[in-house]
Amino acid sequence: MSTDNSVHQPGKHHFAHHFRDANHEFETAKQGIWLFMVTEILMFGGLFVGYAIFHQKYPEMFAEGASHLDWKMGFINTMVLITSSLTMALGIYYCQKNQKNKAVVSLALTILCGAIFMVIKYLEYSQKFEHGLLPGRFLNVEHAHAIHENLGMYFGFYFCMTGLHGIHVLCGMGVITWVLIRTAKGEFSAEYYTPVEGVGIFWHIVDLVWIFLFPLLYLIG
Amino acid sequence: MASNHNEHHVTPMSIYIKVAVALYVLTVLTVVAHYFEHALGPMAAPVALLIATIKAALVMLFFMGLKYDDNQNRVIFGCGFFFLLLLYFFTVLDILTRITQTSTL
Repeated sequence: MSTDNSVHQPGKHHFAHHFRDANHEFETAKQGIWLFMVTEILMFGGLFVGYAIFHQKYPEMFAEGASHLDWKMGFINTMVLITSSLTMALGIYYCQKNQKNKAVVSLALTILCGAIFMVIKYLEYSQKFEHGLLPGRFLNVEHAHAIHENLGMYFGFYFCMTGLHGIHVLCGMGVITWVLIRTAKGEFSAEYYTPVEGVGIFWHIVDLVWIFLFPLLYLIG
Repeated sequence: MASNHNEHHVTPMSIYIKVAVALYVLTVLTVVAHYFEHALGPMAAPVALLIATIKAALVMLFFMGLKYDDNQNRVIFGCGFFFLLLLYFFTVLDILTRITQTSTL
């Protein structure tokens, strides 16, 4: 059992005993995050490959599906997510500069952007539900005035892709809240900010996925 | 790489701001290109995806910090995209080479 934690002083991070030094610990943690990011690419990747193949098979049906989406909503959400990526990066920047209060504000703004994104997503989803635009066999062909009978497939992709992405936004907001609290407690500094760095990389991949979802679902269709 | 714990790379704030502005501009450009969808014809989708790829590259290089990271992390992340391409390649290969035939039974 390590005695490192028993002598833990508040506000001071001690690297775990199986690491050479603090940098070794930082690099190892970051590598773990990058491995996690690979699994994220593969998880979303399956959906993207499915989209590409069925889009190839039914281009008109996908175009009809995209015409049901409001690109302005997607556009605003893209801008919101870019802003959140910037504030996340600034959160790390201020941790590196030992500016605790500014780091807390940046992280809080990131969470706020995530919340705005989810509210817009909620408005979009309720609109789709109202018009009977539901995934697969749940799609109400008459109510939605669907030209293509298999339009439900488009909305299957729409809800799976944006839904999985939305879950990532919510998880991201959760972990940012966690690092925000720890930042406010003064646990991070230029010497130790590993969790903020890791959470940042995760948040940016959420942005990365959306960068492709926006043109694919809202514009190209 | 020196294992001094004070040697974390700190990206200047001006770079973050510039990258964010570039991302905003490219997003507007995507929408502008969408307005010329009919003029672009079959090029509309590749143009939109090209802009998205440039945006993704900016996020990966600067926000995710791969520009300042070591090769090991670049290779790890690149592997994800490589295996995604493999998945795409073999799935498309399967679908394109399918022969529809009626049962002889």
